[in-house]
Amino acid sequence: MPREGILVPNPYERITDEQVQQIHQASLQILVDPGLICFSKKAAEIFQSNGAEVAAVASADHPHWHIKIPEKLVTEALDNAPKTVKLGARNPDNALIMKGDEPRVYFISGSETNIWLDVDFPTYVKKSDSSIEIKVPEFHPRRATVADLCQSAHVCEHLETLDGYIRTVNIQDEDITEDNKDVNKFFASLNNTTKHFMSGLTKLEQLDNVVRMAELIAGGKEALKENPIISFITCLVKSPLQFVADTTDTFIEVCRRGLPTAVSSSPQAGTTAPIKEAGIMAQINAEVLAGITLGQLVNKETPMLYGSVPVMARMDTLSDSYGSVETSQYNIDCVQMARFYKIPNYSTSGVCDAKIPGQQSSIERLFSDIVVTLSGPQFLHCAYGLLDCNAVFCLLQAVLDDAHFQMIKFFLKTPRINQQELVETMKQIREVVETPQKLYIGYIRQVMRSGEISPPYPFEGDGESDSVFALAYQRMNELLAKPVEHIDPETTAKIFQEIPGLLPRLNVYKEGK
Amino acid sequence: MTEDDIIARLKENVIQGRKTQQDEGIDEKLSGTPGVVELTRLALEKRISLEEIINALTAGMRVVGEKYSSKEYFIPDMLASAEAVGEAMEILKPLLEAANVETKGKFAIATVHGDIHDIGKNIVAILLRGAGYEVNDLGTDVPTEKIIEFIKKESPDYLGLSALLTTTMTEMGVVIEALKDSGLRDRVKVLIGGAAVSDEYAQGIGADAYCVDGFQAIKVLDSFQQAKTS
Repeated sequence: MPREGILVPNPYERITDEQVQQIHQASLQILVDPGLICFSKKAAEIFQSNGAEVAAVASADHPHWHIKIPEKLVTEALDNAPKTVKLGARNPDNALIMKGDEPRVYFISGSETNIWLDVDFPTYVKKSDSSIEIKVPEFHPRRATVADLCQSAHVCEHLETLDGYIRTVNIQDEDITEDNKDVNKFFASLNNTTKHFMSGLTKLEQLDNVVRMAELIAGGKEALKENPIISFITCLVKSPLQFVADTTDTFIEVCRRGLPTAVSSSPQAGTTAPIKEAGIMAQINAEVLAGITLGQLVNKETPMLYGSVPVMARMDTLSDSYGSVETSQYNIDCVQMARFYKIPNYSTSGVCDAKIPGQQSSIERLFSDIVVTLSGPQFLHCAYGLLDCNAVFCLLQAVLDDAHFQMIKFFLKTPRINQQELVETMKQIREVVETPQKLYIGYIRQVMRSGEISPPYPFEGDGESDSVFALAYQRMNELLAKPVEHIDPETTAKIFQEIPGLLPRLNVYKEGK
Repeated sequence: MTEDDIIARLKENVIQGRKTQQDEGIDEKLSGTPGVVELTRLALEKRISLEEIINALTAGMRVVGEKYSSKEYFIPDMLASAEAVGEAMEILKPLLEAANVETKGKFAIATVHGDIHDIGKNIVAILLRGAGYEVNDLGTDVPTEKIIEFIKKESPDYLGLSALLTTTMTEMGVVIEALKDSGLRDRVKVLIGGAAVSDEYAQGIGADAYCVDGFQAIKVLDSFQQAKTS
């Protein structure tokens, strides 16, 4: 049985059907005029051989092509793209089945940050009264390592609401190079979680090693096809409207291998996309449609997610403002566009501008997590633990996020109002009003234990003290102490034998470990 | 059912908070079996001693208290058990009186004049009854004169006053003044509670204690009882 996710009964929609149509039409026009600039020769050739208008642009430094994608190619690609996408998992019970027309949400971690935020709790003594001491969390940023990636995969395995794992940190150990980064990040993640794993690829040359590793874990080529335990995210279109050379080539090769891919675009309203909602929507939709079209031309019926990571620019710095309200609006618009095409959507929430866990991070992430979830994206990259836009990952924040996703999931439970419930409760009402105390307490206890009542916030302190961080830290350490379900010794041995570049210290069965 | 079975089941049903056969309790297996009320009556029919019955009820409440402290049980569990024990004590009351056994203490409780809120008051009443106190609930919006009259006639050891609103809490002070005027203040200890009041407020109006909830009310009353006996 795959994971259930959470079905949003009446998904929230910001834009009308007419506006969806208008965006769709505008995007089709953009794909023809002005079209896209393409820095990938392979992609230009594929488009050309399938009837797109492709013209080489003279450039001494970077050869590129001007591509106009006709509506027919886009429409065929949308018809061919699977409407149901399965993302498998090492533990088949953790598989995710996403249907493009069903607003069933799965919560996923991510994305790749450079900085890992350590936490400790030094004690402070009150100057005017030394008998009063308090513990205050302090956050210490440092470069992330492969050991951190293992730890975060391990904790994410045990976070109840998290359905899949996107690698949280960019591994920057001294012995990690461009050549061995991919195999090590895939192995570190897959060896520490049994949930689905999605990642980008650093180097195309490592794709076959990574796929081979997944085949060994899944039980062979066919088994991997049946249970795709890995998937890829590719931001092949750089806004505005440019196919990037290396990512596009990677995308083409991933599609050739038939593995699921999120076709993602991340325009910034105000700089790389128009500041007006209509403009950024028409552009991002065009960029994603261009990617989907290319993927389906490469390999018909390749499973794909309509990936959208639109963001608003901060007016003070022109950097990304994931915590802005507009970012959530764009994301919800994209959810509606993907549902219009019946292609499962990869959406974004929970990324915040705040640099450390605290009130700002809670407000920003909770706001977007609630509103974007309510719109019903299938694959919600909801950024467990992410801070400072995409720069910092904090395990403590991930544990805090799990608690509020439990609340969101609880909120979305199907209402239990039916004739039987009404008859039973009306009987209670009649009985209770006849009693002197007029309390329904006698009817609470079984319900209380059936999971029908939402639990209190798990990090609530005693009295008036705010112990949220301290209690979440305790929970984080409890999760870290839980056992890890590693890949079995035999498969691990095969992986280390066949896949070059793996760090020996990642082999948990190695003698002496 | 043997006598030992009855005593064991009595304790278990207190733990389960099952007042009567109809109550659901926690363990579904007990559904439809006799609750504390039926078992108390059965125990009396079988001539089990009052002491044994009360010991079983107390042992059950002790377990409930432990489960509450360890956060396995919540307030509804505690209240359900206390209500079941309170009902059992009502059944035993005439027999205890006949045997000259005194209750832990007599407690009268009322929501003061002008205030109709009673959830807190009812919960305190249930918990104190379950803790072995004889409780007289005078109701809500109770005029001061009626409270004074009751104190004169029934001589309770303790008076609990409840108010939710800032506009009605002043009535508590009026009751205390009326007790003084009637020469009754020394005969009854006054405890106050409710969302609007505080420890400071209790001291200000001359109450003997402020109780944040029913559990504290038990502790306060037990401490007064202990002071009395020592």
